[in-house]
Amino acid sequence: MPWFSKKNKRIESVPLEERVVKTENVFVKCDGCEEHLFQRELEEALQVCRHCGHHFRIGARERLEMLFDDGKYEELDAEVISIDPLEFVDTKPYPNRLQQAKQASGLPEAIINARGKVGEHLVFAGAMDMSFIGGSMGSAVGEKVTRLIEHALNEHAAVITFAASGGARMQEGTLSLMQMAKIAAALAQLEEKRLPFISVLTDPTTGGVTASFAMLGDVIIAEPKALIGFAGPRVIEQTIRQKLPKDFQRSEFLLEHGMLDAIVDRRELRDFITKTLNFMMNPEIRSELELERERRAAS
Amino acid sequence: MIVGERWHGRPARDCWGRGMARSKRTLNKKKETDDVKSNAPKADTRTAMDRVKLARHDDRPYTLDFVERLFEDFVEIHGDRRFADDPAIVCGFARFHGLPVVVVGHQKGRDTKQRGYRNFGMPKPEGYRKAMRAMKLADKFGRPILTFVDTPGAYPGIDAEERGQAEAIAYNLREMAKLKVPVIVTIIGEGGSGGALAIAVGDQVMMLENATYSVITPEGCAAILWKDSAQADQAAAGLRLTAQHLLKEGIVDRIIDEPAEGAHTDHDAAARFLDAALTRQLAEAVSLGQDERLSRRYSKLRKFGRWGMAAQ
Repeated sequence: MPWFSKKNKRIESVPLEERVVKTENVFVKCDGCEEHLFQRELEEALQVCRHCGHHFRIGARERLEMLFDDGKYEELDAEVISIDPLEFVDTKPYPNRLQQAKQASGLPEAIINARGKVGEHLVFAGAMDMSFIGGSMGSAVGEKVTRLIEHALNEHAAVITFAASGGARMQEGTLSLMQMAKIAAALAQLEEKRLPFISVLTDPTTGGVTASFAMLGDVIIAEPKALIGFAGPRVIEQTIRQKLPKDFQRSEFLLEHGMLDAIVDRRELRDFITKTLNFMMNPEIRSELELERERRAAS
Repeated sequence: MIVGERWHGRPARDCWGRGMARSKRTLNKKKETDDVKSNAPKADTRTAMDRVKLARHDDRPYTLDFVERLFEDFVEIHGDRRFADDPAIVCGFARFHGLPVVVVGHQKGRDTKQRGYRNFGMPKPEGYRKAMRAMKLADKFGRPILTFVDTPGAYPGIDAEERGQAEAIAYNLREMAKLKVPVIVTIIGEGGSGGALAIAVGDQVMMLENATYSVITPEGCAAILWKDSAQADQAAAGLRLTAQHLLKEGIVDRIIDEPAEGAHTDHDAAARFLDAALTRQLAEAVSLGQDERLSRRYSKLRKFGRWGMAAQ
C-alpha cells in the first residue's frame, strides 16, 4: 500500500488521435504575403488579405452576393447547360468532365446569370467561376452571356459581367469560338440602345473571353494584380523564347498601357459600380426606349 | 471578266513595290521533298490532320495570290492611323468583275525573308485596326467587303499584348456585326481561332475544301489536354475543324472546291473555283436590302452553338 493513494478515479483523457487543435478552415495562409489570416475575418473582408491586399479568387455566387443590394438576387437561365456536341474525348470523355465540374463546383455552368438591384438600378449580372473547367466558354456560357444582354435589352437595364476564364472551351471546338462573335453582336445591340455594360476583370481573364465581351465594356474595371491577357504567359514565352517581365499582363500593366479604366479594390467595387451606374443610367434614355417600344407595339 | 480568265488590270504589287508574281515562280520549282503532294490522300479519304497539313502547305495560295487572279485595279492601303502598318494583313480597294469592293485578308510570306516580314501571317493589334479602318471605309462608301482568312492565329507576343490584342479583336467582332454593307468571308487556309474570327464575322462564310477553322491548333490542344503534342492527329480529328464538319454544324455556308491534289498544285484553278463561288454569293448578298441583311446576319450569329436544357 503506497503512502499516497488515488482517491479519485483516473480522469478520462481525450484519445490521442483527437488531441489535435483543429485549425483547418480557421486559418488561411495568404498567397501574397504568407501571413496567416483568420478565415472568418477574411470572409468579412471579402476575401482580401488585410496585410497586403491580396485578392483571393472567389466563386460566382459569392461574387454576385457582394454586388447586389443586400446580397439579394434572382438566378436566371440556370436551365442552359453544356452538352457534348462533338463527342469529344481526350484523356477522358467531355461528359465526364462536365459531370465532375458540376459536382466539384456545385454550379450548373461556368457562369451564373442573375437579376437584381445595385444602388437601386436594375442590373443583369453574370459572374464566371474558375472552378468549372477553368471558367472556359463553350456554347452554354456563350448562350448565357447573350441571354443576359437580351434580358437587359428587354427591360432597359444595365449589364455587368465578372470575367474569370482561361478562354474558349476546347472540347466544343469551333462552336466555342463562335460564341465570341455571338456575344459581340448582342453587345452591338446593347450599345445601339445606349444601355450600360460594365466589365469587371478578375484573376485570371485570358483568351477568347478577353477577346470578346471582357474588353468591350463601356467601363472596364480590374481587380488588383489580376492576370489579364489574350495569349497566356506560357504561350508567349514559348513563342518569343525569353522570360517575361515580372508584372507583365497584370492589371497594373494594363492600366499603364491604357487598356483599363480603373483598378478597384474588391472592398470598394460595389461603391465604384454604383457611382458609374448613377452616371450611365439616364432616365431620359429609358423613357425614349419605352416610347419607341410603345410606338412599335402600336404599329 | 469571264470566270477563270486571268486578271488583266495593272500587275498587283505588295507594299514594297515588288511584283507579286514572284510567288508563282517559286511555286513552279518542283519540290522533291514535298511529301504532302506526292503522298496526298484522295479528297474523300483525307483525315483532319491531312487537311491541316494542306491548309498550311508552303505552296498554298495566299490572299495576294488570289487578289492577283480575281481582282482588277487593286490599290493597297496601309496603316491603322494609330501605331503602325501590319504586313500580316493586307487591305485595299479593288474591282471584282467591275464591282468596286474592299478586300481584307491575312497574308503569309513565301520565302524566309517574306515570312519574317509578314510575321507568318500572325497579325498584331495594328493589323486588326487597319482591317477595321478599311471595312469602315467600305461601309461609308457603300461597297461590299470580301475577307480572306489565313492565319495560324493572332500574334502572341509582348508588344501585341501591350497594345491590346484582345481589345483589337473584340472591337472588330462587335463592329463587323454592325457593318451595313455585305460581308463575305472566305477561309482560304488556316482559320486560327480569335485571330481568324477578327476578320471573319459576315453574312456568308465560305471555306476552301482543305481549309481549317479551329478554336486552337491541334498541337496546342494536344499539349493542353493530353499533355503531349504528339497526340495532335487525335486532337485534329476531335476538334472537327474541317470544312466538311463545319458545314454540317452551320458555321460555314458553303465549301469551295480545290484542285484534286489541293490548292497548292494549281493556283489558277483554285482561283477559278473561288471566283465562281464569290460571284454567286456576292450577287445574292447585294440583292438584299440593308435591314434584311443586318437582321439575317444577326440571327445567323445568334444561332451559333449547341447547348442543352436542364429539367427544372
